[in-house]
Amino acid sequence: MSRVLRLTMTLLALFGSIATAGPAGAQNRNETLIVVVESGPNSMDIHGVGANRPAYQASWNLYDRLMTYGVKTLPDGSKMYDYNVLKPELAESWTLAPDSTSVTFKLRRDAKFHDGAPVTARDVKWSFDRAVTVGGFPTFQMKAGSLEKPEQFEVIDDATFRVKFLRKDKLTMPDLAVPVPVVFNAELAKKHASASDPWAMEWIKNNDAGSGAYKLESWKPGQETIYVRFDEWTSGPLPKLKRVIVREVPSAGNRRALLERGDADISFDLPPKDFAELARSGKLQVTSHPVENAFAYVGMNAKHPPFNNLKVRQAVAHAVPFEKMFSSALFGRGVLLSGNPIASHTYGHEFFPSPFKTDLAMAKALMAEAGYPNGFETTLSFDQGFATTNEPMAVLLQESLVQIGIKTTINKIPGSNWRNMLLKKEMPLFLNAFGGWLNYPEYFFFWNFHGQNAVFNTSSYQNPEMDKLIDLARFDSDPKKYADDVRGFAKMMLTDVPRVSIYQPPLDVAMQKNVKGYQYWFHRQLDYRQLEKQ
Amino acid sequence: MLRLVGRRLVVAVPGLVGVVVVTFLLNRALPGDPAAFFAGPAATQQAIQEIRVKLGLDRSLPEQFALYVRDLARGDLGRSLTTGQPVVSDLVARLPASLELTLCGLVLGVAIALPLGVLSATRPDSVFDHASRVFTTAGVSLPIFFTGLLLVYVFYYLLGWAPAPLGRLDAFSTPAPRVTGFFLLDAAIARDAATLAATVRQLMLPAVTLGLFTMAPIARMTRAAMLGVLGSDFIRTARASGLAPRTVLVTYALRNAMLPVVTLLGMIFSFLLGANVLVERVFAWPGVGSYALEALIASDYAPVQGFVLTMATLYVLLNLTIDVVYGLLDPRVRIEG
Repeated sequence: MSRVLRLTMTLLALFGSIATAGPAGAQNRNETLIVVVESGPNSMDIHGVGANRPAYQASWNLYDRLMTYGVKTLPDGSKMYDYNVLKPELAESWTLAPDSTSVTFKLRRDAKFHDGAPVTARDVKWSFDRAVTVGGFPTFQMKAGSLEKPEQFEVIDDATFRVKFLRKDKLTMPDLAVPVPVVFNAELAKKHASASDPWAMEWIKNNDAGSGAYKLESWKPGQETIYVRFDEWTSGPLPKLKRVIVREVPSAGNRRALLERGDADISFDLPPKDFAELARSGKLQVTSHPVENAFAYVGMNAKHPPFNNLKVRQAVAHAVPFEKMFSSALFGRGVLLSGNPIASHTYGHEFFPSPFKTDLAMAKALMAEAGYPNGFETTLSFDQGFATTNEPMAVLLQESLVQIGIKTTINKIPGSNWRNMLLKKEMPLFLNAFGGWLNYPEYFFFWNFHGQNAVFNTSSYQNPEMDKLIDLARFDSDPKKYADDVRGFAKMMLTDVPRVSIYQPPLDVAMQKNVKGYQYWFHRQLDYRQLEKQ
Repeated sequence: MLRLVGRRLVVAVPGLVGVVVVTFLLNRALPGDPAAFFAGPAATQQAIQEIRVKLGLDRSLPEQFALYVRDLARGDLGRSLTTGQPVVSDLVARLPASLELTLCGLVLGVAIALPLGVLSATRPDSVFDHASRVFTTAGVSLPIFFTGLLLVYVFYYLLGWAPAPLGRLDAFSTPAPRVTGFFLLDAAIARDAATLAATVRQLMLPAVTLGLFTMAPIARMTRAAMLGVLGSDFIRTARASGLAPRTVLVTYALRNAMLPVVTLLGMIFSFLLGANVLVERVFAWPGVGSYALEALIASDYAPVQGFVLTMATLYVLLNLTIDVVYGLLDPRVRIEG
């Protein structure tokens, strides 16, 4: 026994000394950024089938595009990308053909891929061909800018690349600076391609074939991704951070604790309540931007009774408890959209304000007019994946609707099944949100209300008049006519109310006070290049 | 001995076949459509249908099952949508993390509960006995994730003694070269004291969380078994023959009392592997439990099937080990398999 005892004591002493030793290998904390996220990328390839949103972040930092967007400083001192300004990235300059049928890019001669190979026009051509060919999301996104066929992309010489326009589309140039048209190392990728996988989807999914400011050091799916700076990067000013560690921390409480204790530097993934509390406590910097070209809404199925009845939809629009929803689900973060009379709207990029205010008397009157004085029963669905905000909103809406006779059963749909339910277009009443990358109203409307009935037209709304205006706006070059088109379709949405907008969601980010340079991007991912620690 | 092992393995086969069938059917019964997920945001119905065909989801259930079994025979468990990797490589990467944590929790639990149980049995109904009962019962009655969160809150957030709950290593350590996948062993093999220390620090809170949870049954069972053995004839004879109290207690009583405890340990171990899910989530532990849970939330069939199958295989192996240990502890058991 005494021998056992002695052994135990020795082990305990060893354990104790190990446990109290200082943190191992503390590298230079100021050049390393630790990001904590709820879930990480499932691919390094934004063209990959089923690539998730965190994969966009990986791709954005590992790869370069021909162009990027400028930066503007907002009145509150915070920074955001500027959708009016396109800046050189891999291309050092570009010229539009005099007849506006093509654009010619001059590539940087000193740009290199991470393996040291020079970036040439052939790489660009291969990458763009890939984007328009592989199908799925990248192909759809390219199409949004009238980039549809490999024949549009032409190699003039090693450093000159031309894109021929299919039609005059004002989204073509902006669409070349979104995360999809990245430039891959074509020679490297081809080594890993096969007859059944000509675009090396399998290899690029797990490997880095980029020329971006950061290289992939290691990726453990479901755990962490580590990036290191590519010191030979020339497509912009050399980033300050040498290393970026993205750790997946599933528990929201722990993400907050890590930030508060200073063990993590930055996170997007906290519930609105935590952001509100952290902002109040003042220990961390909390920055908030309303997400552009986006809103959260109450959707109604305009195709099937009872919501195919305009009066019913208007009644619901007057029964939505806007302010309560905004304060209890979002803790007042973001922008409340209700209560702005149509006349006061400035159309253009800010066309979302809604004229509706909570007015139950009016709602009841509309229900009677619609032929439902005693109301009806229906279901109210929402995506459980966003239950933190959706659940309180659904309960508040349910309470309010019952007062005008609409009895709802709440139907929580698991996140994995939500897209499926949207596709079926059978939910009568639901909560949802949509945001578009390109900040153009006609782009938003094209996806959400056009008669082509894309998956995002969740209400199955059909209005040929509106379709006409949306199509006109996409290609109208006269600013006056364009404004009229936009005003026209925006007004149709507000009078026909296939959906009732509630608020513009915020993009909140919490970071340590020594983290500087954060900038809002339309893709809502972190760009490591602008960040630094002081 | 080998025949015993062989026979036990053969007996386990129908069970495993059952597990394969049940997980396959259960997964198909879940709501959610992987094709819609795969097709991505702006997909049309047609694009989704194409992907459904590609994934074989348009075929009849028996056909899908046949395909599944064929892949299984080749050691292909399919591909996870959430991590984008083959399920086999995910499981190989993550299983050691779960096993290491579970074993550490169990060892910790046993290290505390076994002496507690023995001491309680030698002093039944004393103050010590009651105190140990209260202590262990408190450990088991707290929900496991709650204990985890509480420990994180107190030892990490408030006191700052424990390292950040960031998985198996802090952000600035790199794991030792992989040999076994068990970080403790790998670091020891590489003679890397710093990494070993970092691994131990990360392991402490989650292992204590699991350990607290296992103490009560082990301590109670040890106490009961010891009481039974201590009251038996051969102990009285041993004492009467003037053997040292320690020899009586450890060599004779404890060894005989271990049988039910070992059975219980096997059960607790398999239970802990499941209970791990919550602890893994709280501590961002990259184990198989949290992997399966994430997959379940995303209607990702393949990892869930792979997880259940791995667990079933583990249980079979575990039961086999316990049977063998029985034989070593008590020669009487060795005769029949």
